[in-house]
Amino acid sequence: MSKQATAKPVSDGRAFDIVVNVLAVLVILVVLYPLIFVVSASFSDPAKVLGGEVWLLPKGFTFEAYENILHNGKIWTGYRNTIFYAAAGTFINMIMTVLAAYPLSRPDLPGRKFLMVLITLTMFFSGGLIPTYMLVKNLGMVDTAWALLVPGAIATYNLIVMRTYFQNSIPWELQEAAHMDGCSNWRLLWSIILPLSKPILAVMVLFYAVGHWNSFFNALIYIRQESLYPLQLVLREILMISQSAAVDATVGIEDKILLAESIKYAVIIVSSLPVLVMYPFVQRHFVKGVMIGSVKG
Amino acid sequence: MRNALAADRSYPTGTRKERKLWKAAHLPFYLMILPGFLYFIVFKYVPMFGLLISFQRYDPFVGILDSPWVGLDNFRRLFSEQDFPLLLKNTFTFALLDICLFFPAPIVLALLLNEVRLKPFRNAVQTILYAPHFISWVVIVSLTMTLFNSQDGIVNQWLSSAGLGTIDLFTKPEWLKPMWLLQNIWQGVGWGSILYLATIASIDPALYEAAKSDGAGRFRQIWHITLPGIRYVIVVLFILRLGNFMEIGFEHIFLLQNPLNVEASDVFDTFVYRTGILQRDYSYSAVVGLFKSLVGLVLVLGANKLARKFGEEGVY
Repeated sequence: MSKQATAKPVSDGRAFDIVVNVLAVLVILVVLYPLIFVVSASFSDPAKVLGGEVWLLPKGFTFEAYENILHNGKIWTGYRNTIFYAAAGTFINMIMTVLAAYPLSRPDLPGRKFLMVLITLTMFFSGGLIPTYMLVKNLGMVDTAWALLVPGAIATYNLIVMRTYFQNSIPWELQEAAHMDGCSNWRLLWSIILPLSKPILAVMVLFYAVGHWNSFFNALIYIRQESLYPLQLVLREILMISQSAAVDATVGIEDKILLAESIKYAVIIVSSLPVLVMYPFVQRHFVKGVMIGSVKG
Repeated sequence: MRNALAADRSYPTGTRKERKLWKAAHLPFYLMILPGFLYFIVFKYVPMFGLLISFQRYDPFVGILDSPWVGLDNFRRLFSEQDFPLLLKNTFTFALLDICLFFPAPIVLALLLNEVRLKPFRNAVQTILYAPHFISWVVIVSLTMTLFNSQDGIVNQWLSSAGLGTIDLFTKPEWLKPMWLLQNIWQGVGWGSILYLATIASIDPALYEAAKSDGAGRFRQIWHITLPGIRYVIVVLFILRLGNFMEIGFEHIFLLQNPLNVEASDVFDTFVYRTGILQRDYSYSAVVGLFKSLVGLVLVLGANKLARKFGEEGVY
């Protein structure tokens, strides 16, 4: 085997490259096709989509679905709520995470070890869903926006990643020098540490914001009032109603199904677009964010 | 230098003035960490003590202090639960599928992408493959429903026009787990490959040059250079995954679950949700959660020990 390879070292290169590229194209097609289909279907006449005529390009081009969404109050409420939850939630996340991560990154903080153990332990053992639910209930947060903002204020993993970044990527000498010059600790954090940590901050904002944008389970258990529903809950109602209708066909639900059929593709686009638009801007920082996370803390 | 400075400020020494200085130097840090500290106590540790209701017949109206203690009754009930073997079996099946079939997927993808020589094409592929990571499960699940709808889903229309019949993804329990796995791969394979690709990029190119001049083909280069180059990362991620063995993505499974496939989709998480949140049987559902947490904890510790045994540095 090895002798054969020595005999013709480069000849397998060509075929190999072709196979690799073909496979890569196949992978892209599998990932991309559903997304392309949704985009096309959202601009198509619903009847043609139902009839199976649309498979790549829109048929019977129309903006009707998007116009219907414009008039759908539920979707707008959900959208507005989600924007609020994502913005306020991410703001709280970032403040809490940075403020906790920075002191923990200082090798001179007494009690640092203890605090780290306290924090790391929660990654291995947790009270679980029910005790957390009871706590949130006892705090009177059920059916308020607080239930979606506060209980997840710090993601332990993100906190550790950020601490590791502060610790490894910002020269300790710099902090010492600033301290000698009489820079207060708050100023040090605000004017020196944070500007030097932009890549990791960008990644964290993205992770937290996407988490808020896409999460629906917390809202499912904590939120009853429809006026507080985030977008994902509204989506679930619209998109999955035809599914549940297949199981228990009730009269009167038919109109809803028709409406759902006509707008569901457009709803998917409208709800996923903000996140998909945001991510290429932060993409170049991903590697850094993911790499740091894997470094032993 | 670092240690000297650190030591210098870490210990309050004799005089009153020095102690005061020490306090002034550290107080801001404790103030910064205070909100986070309170957060962890209230939202992470208080619920742990809330698990005490596992040993009670908890009554929300009298509270945790006055509810009657019942010892291990709730545990007995769990182990004699009719659905317990099913829950255990499903949870483990999901977890094993995830570890055996989902875990290797990003590695294979990274190896493949690394062999794509055309840089712009490769970057484009990467950008596209990361995108599904940002799409919510609600959208992914309902998109699948739409594509595979038994009457008008596009995929089923193709299949039936090709004379292959239809795939009833959501009504046949046997399809549930394959569908779950494929959706996981679709969503996570690109994202999961980032770390491997970054590690491959840091492999010394001289190694490949040397292998080439020794006459090694592309497969042999992958086998002898690329794979050993990412071995450490594979091991670390594998241990981390083992440690989270029981975490199989509640939102995803919950969304896939319906009355027709419940025998294949019911896991501890969905059971806890049903008995705890919907039926308000707090004590009993807390026991189920506790059981799951304990199994998870044992697996974390076991995985770490295993890693040390194989000569790798433990993760924790």
